[in-house]
Amino acid sequence: MAASANMARNTEPETVEDPDGRARFDELIAADQRVEPTDWMPEAYRKTLVRQVSQHAHSEIIGMQPEGNWITRAPSLKRKAILMAKVQDEAGHGLYLYSAAQTLGTPRDKMTEDLISGKAKYSSIFNYPTPTWADMGSIGWLVDGAAICNQVPLCRASYGPYARAMVRICKEESFHQRQGFEILLHLSRGTKEQHAMAQESVNRWYAPALMMFGPPDADSPNSAQSMAWNIKRFSNDELRQRFVDMIVPQSEVLGLTLPDPDIKWNEERGHYDFGELDWDEFYEVLKGRGPANAIRLERRRTAHEEGAWVREAAAAYAERRRQQSEKAQAA
Amino acid sequence: MSDQSFRISAGEALTAEKITEAGEKPSEAVATYAVRLGDDALILAQRLGWWIARAPELEEDVALGNIALDQLGHARSFLSYAALAWGKTEDDLAYFRDEPEFTNLQIVEQPNGDFAATIARQFIVSYYQFELYRRLVDSTNATLAAIAAKAVKEVDYHRDHATQWVLRLALGTEESRRRMIAGLGVMWPYVDEMFRDDDLVESLGDAAVLPSSLREDFDAVTGAVLAEAELEVPEGFVARGGGREGIHTEFFGPLIAEMQVLARAHPEATW
Repeated sequence: MAASANMARNTEPETVEDPDGRARFDELIAADQRVEPTDWMPEAYRKTLVRQVSQHAHSEIIGMQPEGNWITRAPSLKRKAILMAKVQDEAGHGLYLYSAAQTLGTPRDKMTEDLISGKAKYSSIFNYPTPTWADMGSIGWLVDGAAICNQVPLCRASYGPYARAMVRICKEESFHQRQGFEILLHLSRGTKEQHAMAQESVNRWYAPALMMFGPPDADSPNSAQSMAWNIKRFSNDELRQRFVDMIVPQSEVLGLTLPDPDIKWNEERGHYDFGELDWDEFYEVLKGRGPANAIRLERRRTAHEEGAWVREAAAAYAERRRQQSEKAQAA
Repeated sequence: MSDQSFRISAGEALTAEKITEAGEKPSEAVATYAVRLGDDALILAQRLGWWIARAPELEEDVALGNIALDQLGHARSFLSYAALAWGKTEDDLAYFRDEPEFTNLQIVEQPNGDFAATIARQFIVSYYQFELYRRLVDSTNATLAAIAAKAVKEVDYHRDHATQWVLRLALGTEESRRRMIAGLGVMWPYVDEMFRDDDLVESLGDAAVLPSSLREDFDAVTGAVLAEAELEVPEGFVARGGGREGIHTEFFGPLIAEMQVLARAHPEATW
């Protein structure tokens, strides 16, 4: 499939069946090697990746908002600088990921269109609000922490451009997670009010962060195929367990509790047990009825629409320059 | 005027933390001067920070975020240094001064407006800061010189970014040209204030840079860009100014109220 030929157009490519291409693709997957944009790939593989990579990109872009909410109010200049850099990193991640998705033949304009029309999904976690400064800590520690558990295995995903983007993203995410942990540690060891602010925030973010791994394996219809294609390496429940095992000891260092009375070390399993999650809440937010779905989407749409005249000006200017240089060459 | 000739190597660039650690106490006059430059950068960063996740393109979220971050870095260096004169910290100065104690130029507190107004403000301030910092690298005060050496390289890119957008917007579409002209019209009245000398800068001799000495170069380089963009230098109303004496426009109060709200709610806390 020559995806690149379609990149300039606002349409997606059509896959033509190619027996040699399919044999080569199967070989690559069987050998756990990388599929590159110039390789033939099954349409379902391409679609799965476009969906996953663009959702990931959208999540980075929408994810700028809950943290951007505190840039103007960050309580020290150092924290303000760290937060600004972090939100800027997220924009950068969005850009790499859109580029990775573009190598599959889907134009960025189409992905943007799907996002602002509400057709495309993004991580539900960003539909929760950030009423307190401590949420900057919880997002770093819990949300970025969960994202890392999800994303580290993606550095070995079978699609080359995605895997390579993830390597760089994971490095920055692990830095973000440490920053979040440090914000909470500082609050937890600070004044009584700061400690309470940290605890209240962790109470709100704990369950939504655990739901970031997606529904339980039994209810996750796309997982098996993604695992067969070496896109996904571990199941939702395996990753969720790994995350809980990571954050329980960290919460002890923080001096904060996790809002689940069922958390208990299970000697036999070698893992922490934890309580049932409220999956009705998960599906409510997924369906667009979370606390901030409408706000996030509206903000993105407004920024895009109000920026239209700027993008048009840039395009018109580029065209003007092109004509000028053509004229100069002809003369 | 070639850009390249002004790129100055920062060498071992000073950070706010290193300045605090060195603990070299400036005179009160130098500190007061450093606060001015720090406030310019801080308030501009505060304004630009609003754009992150609201820019016309993702690339601009990154670019404006980057510029805001550079400005915040310069602010932290100048304020950390100044704070040493009074046994304070950068955060004491940023979060616990009241409106009349801020001595930034009024242009940096002007509202973002639309993208063209933000670009107009950035265009003016970047060219001003570039002319200022490229002279301040020769300051007899080694700390100010070192801060300027780092800042001038970064501001050079801000200048380039603003210039590219002035050209695109002025020569892009009818709509963008109308907005660019309007944006310059809103910001240009605050240009005059940037170049006024006063007793403080005159008393500092070669440690500081006389604002009036920047005007000729500022006019020449901005004039060249505006000419290429087929724009007139806006004329007419000149704002009274007074930012250096702590006089601010109505937009300033809400800006610092938002910036300081959390720190002031917990005056005993560290973050």
